[in-house]
This record gives sequence, C-alpha cells and structure tokens, in this order.
Amino acid sequence: MPSERIHTVFKNSKDKSVMAMFITAGYPEPVVTADLVLALEESGADIIELGMPFSDPLADGPTIQYSSEVAIEKGTDLDMIFSMVREIRQSSQIPIVLMGYINPILHYGVDEFFSKAAESGVDGFILPDVPVEETGLVEEHCTKYDMSLIHLVAPNTTDSRMKLIDSKSNGFVYCVSVTGVTGARDGDQVAQSVDKFIGRVKANITKNPVLVGFGIRTHTDAMRVSSGLSGFVVGSALIDTIRKNYPNSDWLDQVKLFVKTIKYGSQN
Amino acid sequence: MQYSSPTKNGYFGKFGGKFVPEILIPALEELELAYEAILKDSSFQEEFLDLLREYVGRPTPLTLAERLTDHYGKAKIYLKREDLCHTGAHKINNTVGQVLLARRMGKKRIIAETGAGQHGVATATVCAKFGMECVVYMGAEDTERQKLNVDRMRLLGAEVRPVTSGSQTLKDATNEAIRDWVTNVDDTFYIIGSVVGPHPYPMMVRDFHRIIGDETRKQLMEKEGKLPDYVIACVGGGSNAMGIFYPFIDDDTVRLIGVEAAGYGVESGQTAATFAKGKPGVLHGSLSYLLQTTQGQIALAHSVSAGLDYPGVGPEHAHLHDIKRVQYVPVTDEEALRGVKLTSSMEGIIPALETAHAMAFLDTLMPTTSSGEIVVINCSGRGDKDMATISKFI
Ligand SMILES: Cc1ncc(COP(=O)(O)O)c(C=O)c1O
Repeated sequence: MPSERIHTVFKNSKDKSVMAMFITAGYPEPVVTADLVLALEESGADIIELGMPFSDPLADGPTIQYSSEVAIEKGTDLDMIFSMVREIRQSSQIPIVLMGYINPILHYGVDEFFSKAAESGVDGFILPDVPVEETGLVEEHCTKYDMSLIHLVAPNTTDSRMKLIDSKSNGFVYCVSVTGVTGARDGDQVAQSVDKFIGRVKANITKNPVLVGFGIRTHTDAMRVSSGLSGFVVGSALIDTIRKNYPNSDWLDQVKLFVKTIKYGSQN
Repeated sequence: MQYSSPTKNGYFGKFGGKFVPEILIPALEELELAYEAILKDSSFQEEFLDLLREYVGRPTPLTLAERLTDHYGKAKIYLKREDLCHTGAHKINNTVGQVLLARRMGKKRIIAETGAGQHGVATATVCAKFGMECVVYMGAEDTERQKLNVDRMRLLGAEVRPVTSGSQTLKDATNEAIRDWVTNVDDTFYIIGSVVGPHPYPMMVRDFHRIIGDETRKQLMEKEGKLPDYVIACVGGGSNAMGIFYPFIDDDTVRLIGVEAAGYGVESGQTAATFAKGKPGVLHGSLSYLLQTTQGQIALAHSVSAGLDYPGVGPEHAHLHDIKRVQYVPVTDEEALRGVKLTSSMEGIIPALETAHAMAFLDTLMPTTSSGEIVVINCSGRGDKDMATISKFI
C-alpha cells in the first residue's frame, strides 16, 4: 500500500517533528538524484518531495526556477523520474511524494502517469496548480492506486475551505507559511506569519497531519514554525546548499551536514 | 441553441477552469463576487460606458476601406477602428473596466503583464487617471522591441519591471505578474490583458470588450442594413477577437475567422500558431490549447509581433475552435509585414503588427468572396509602436 508508507512515518514519529526535504529531480544532474535522496534519508529526512521540473513554475521563486531550468536542460522528464524512484526503491522505503505542475502530466497522459508512478513506488502527489476545484482530473487515479493526494492551505485560506481541503487530502496537508512563492526567507517573517493562522490550521485540519513549508532555512526556523504541527518541509534552502557546493568533491557531505543541522541543530 | 458560456466553474466546453495556487483562490472568489455585483449594478455600467465615451473616444468608427475593396474587387471591406481608441489599441476597453472594478473592491495597487506594451500603456493610463500605483511586467526582449511603449508607461507614472527569466517575452512577464500577485494578494489587483488566465478573467475581459462587436453590429445595420458575412480578427490571447466575435456567435450566417501568428511558418519550429501546432494543456491558470514540447514543457513562441508572441490562447477560443464556430488560420511574419504596407499605402492607416496579421489574411480570403458580401476586420491597434521593427523592412 503506497500511501501506507506516509501514514507509518507519522504514526512512528510520536511527538517528534517530521522532516520532509524537497529537491528538484534531475538537479544538479539526473544521475545523482537517487544517491542524493538516499543521502537525505541517511541524514534524517523522513519524507522526500521530488519536484518534477516545469518550464513555467509560477508558484516558485528564483531558486526552484533555477533548479527546474537546469534539470530540464539536462533532459529530465517523467520517465526518467520514474526510473529514479525505482532505483531508490531498491534500497529504501522512504515515502516519496512527487510535486509538480499539471501540464507535463496532462501531456504524458493522466492514466499512464498514475499507473507508472504507482508501479515505480511513488506514494503521493502535490500539484500546486490543481486546487480542490480541479482535482476531478486526478482524484480517481490516486484512489485507484491508493496514493496520497496532498493539498495546500495558505494564510488566506478560509476556515470552511481548510475543512474541505482536509477532507480531500490524504497523507498530510501542506501548510504554506506565507503568502508568496517558494524561497528561503527571513525566519522572523515566516514565524510571525505562521503565528497568525496556526490556531485556525489546528482547529480546522483534524483528519490529517500538517507539514509547514515555504521559507524555512535553519533548525531554529523549523522548530519555531512547526511547533504544534506535525513537521516541516525544506526546499529552497536545501537547493541553495547543493548549488553552493556542487560539484566540489565534498558536496554530498556538505548537503548531509546541512540536513542534519536542520534536523538536530548545530550542536550535534 | 443560444450560446452561453462559461459555466459557473469557468468552463467553456472542456476548457478554462481555475488552475492556480491555493493562495489565489480567495482572490478569485472575491473577484467573482465583485464582478457578479457590478453586472447587476447600473451605476457601474453607466460609469463604464461614460468613460468609454468621454475618455476612450467610443464609439470608434466603422470605416469603409474603399481602395482595399477596389483592390480585391470582391466583397466590401470595413475596418472597425480600435486603433482610434485612446492609447492606440482596443486594450483600454478592458483596463477601464478592470480599474473601475479594482476601485470598487478597494484595491490600491495594480499590476499587469504586457507583450507589445499596449496593455501596459492602457493599464498605466487608467492608473494615472485614477491615481493608483501601477507595476507592469514586461519581457526584457519586448522592452527593446517596443521601447516607445516603455517610455510611455514610465511617463504615465508606472514602474516597468523587465523580466529576464525564460524567453523574456509575454509568457514570462505573465509568470512574474502571477508571482507578484501570489505575494501581494491582499492589496493588489491583477489586470490581465487578454481573455486568458483563471476564471473569471476570460469571461470578464470578453465582456469588457464586447462593445467592439456590439457597435459593429449596430453601425453595419445602419450603413448596410445587414449583418457582415465575415468577421476577421488577429488572435494572441484573443481579446480583440472575442470582443468583436462574441455578439455574432449566435448568427450562423456570420463566418468568424481568427488569425494567429505563424512566425517563420507553421512548420518552422518558430511560430506562435497555437491552434495549428498546439495541444490542450494548462498554463497561467486555465486549460486551453498550448504550444508545448514532447515532454509537456511550454514551448517558446515566435512572432514578429510582440502582442501575438504567446504560446497559449484564451480558453473560449479553444472551445469555439473545437465546436468549429470559429475558423483559425495562420499568417506568417512576412505576410504580416506585407499587410502593414498594403494597409498603410492603400488606406492611410498604419496598423499594429498584430492587426496586420488580420489584414494579411485578406489575400487568401478575398478571392473566395463575392461582390454582395461584407467583410469586417477588427483594426485592433495602430502601428506607431512597431516603427522600429517595420522600418527594417521598408
Ligand atoms: C493592437 C493589438 N492587437 C492585438 C493584440 C493581441 O492581443 P489579443 O489577442 O488579446 O487581442 C495586441 C496585444 O498586445 C495588440 O496590441
């Protein structure tokens, strides 16, 4: 049961924060993605969000725009992403959620996409340009293969909509910390934004665990922002770290250090 | 059966919808409510029509193109003179409507994307008139080929932000405008410049432009006592075309023809001919035809005309294409440039490069018409902005 892998992570986490790590598949090179995912897991990541690069990522800031451009330039496509997932699955049971815009999926063929994803060992999907109004296109496929469909809530999402999104999501709900695009941000800004609506999130999202993301750069940010929620997601800050160190010989060690530091703090 | 689109969820047949990040959903819902309210509010409609009359200069004339008519020796050719609108193109009908709506919604900051700069200028103009802050996103490549319009926008008090991501044209300017909107959603109103984007934009922009078709109908009835046999318009996103087509959709005898930009040619790989080469897909908030790569990435469009240099098209056009109510035809850069020369030298009207695509289609259409028939072309804008490009070819 694919979505089971996600449920298990939350069940076993007890009161510890679940840490999800986002990378763009195929960045910095398609051949390193599987190894990179295994290194993230080894360093403490509990869930992997694998970005399917798109030419026009309109909910993303400069960092993910850049990683997407590089990944596309290096030939990353959906078939390649499925092989990466199969490769990871040979040695790992970490939950893998594919995150991306709907157009490449429509172009690939929705039926084909979901059946290949299930076959490869994908556990769920986050589709930032498919709000609950438009999930008709994909919902039945997720149900058919028992894969999770994860929706987002934002600071301006109303209470009744949060309830609706909770009922339509399965696996977890992704809470966007600030109104804006993805990208590393000032920690205080993120914390202040989350403080304002976390009460509503907790009151209205009761069926699913909630991971908070957008802007988290440090252990302190992560702990502050996710307190009271199930955990957090780090994306742009991780990609910035890869960008700074790749292809130095110790790039993967630097990435592992970054991930451990986010999870456990710098004293470890 | 009477044509009625879109559905409550913003679908024109299977096209349209609201494919946007969650953050924008409340903004779209707020916009839908506000739009519904003004449709029923006669004071809004009066204010809108008054501005179109006193500020934009409507109604625009329907000019008989006598020498062009003689040149082809077949049907009579009329030009709907949107080039005579204040700021030089049809675009301002929509920006007047949207800025009035933004004011009623209490928004203080306006953003827009622009390709040719005509929508940017039209937005900057109404913002100046109503004292609103205005930021316009424009592809860096377009800021060069439409430099005159950049200077106009700045003079009008708008901040022009050149966009250097992607192909540095209209598609990328739109991405950047959406990113701004996602970030400043509370106080910002996004004035989209064509019948594209998430619901309710395609419907709303069409409605603000339908006055083009409504006037055409009335003027032609007065002049000729009959409806046109052909209505032709260029199609980038498709706003001038929807504006003139919409009031004729239920008139089966009126043939509607949308002219898309073929660039170097439909098969050249450097084209903006969305219907000739595109497939259904999602970009900028709606499902419509799109130029894309074999991997489902958005393909770079090419057209000599910045206003048509866009890989998508409005969802209502996709629907009208699929139900075969409108015929879409491609015209190349070279043909369009010949269209500029022909219209300029024969009618004393220098058309915009976008408009010139529609003019150029006359070469193909006119021999198939007969002398009792009437062809109306939407002369969507004037060509001053394009002189730098045009002068390389004369
Ligand atoms: C004069 C003119 N015509 C046509 C267009 C194309 O837009 P649409 O297809 O929305 O009418 C533009 C866009 O900039 C324009 O400036």
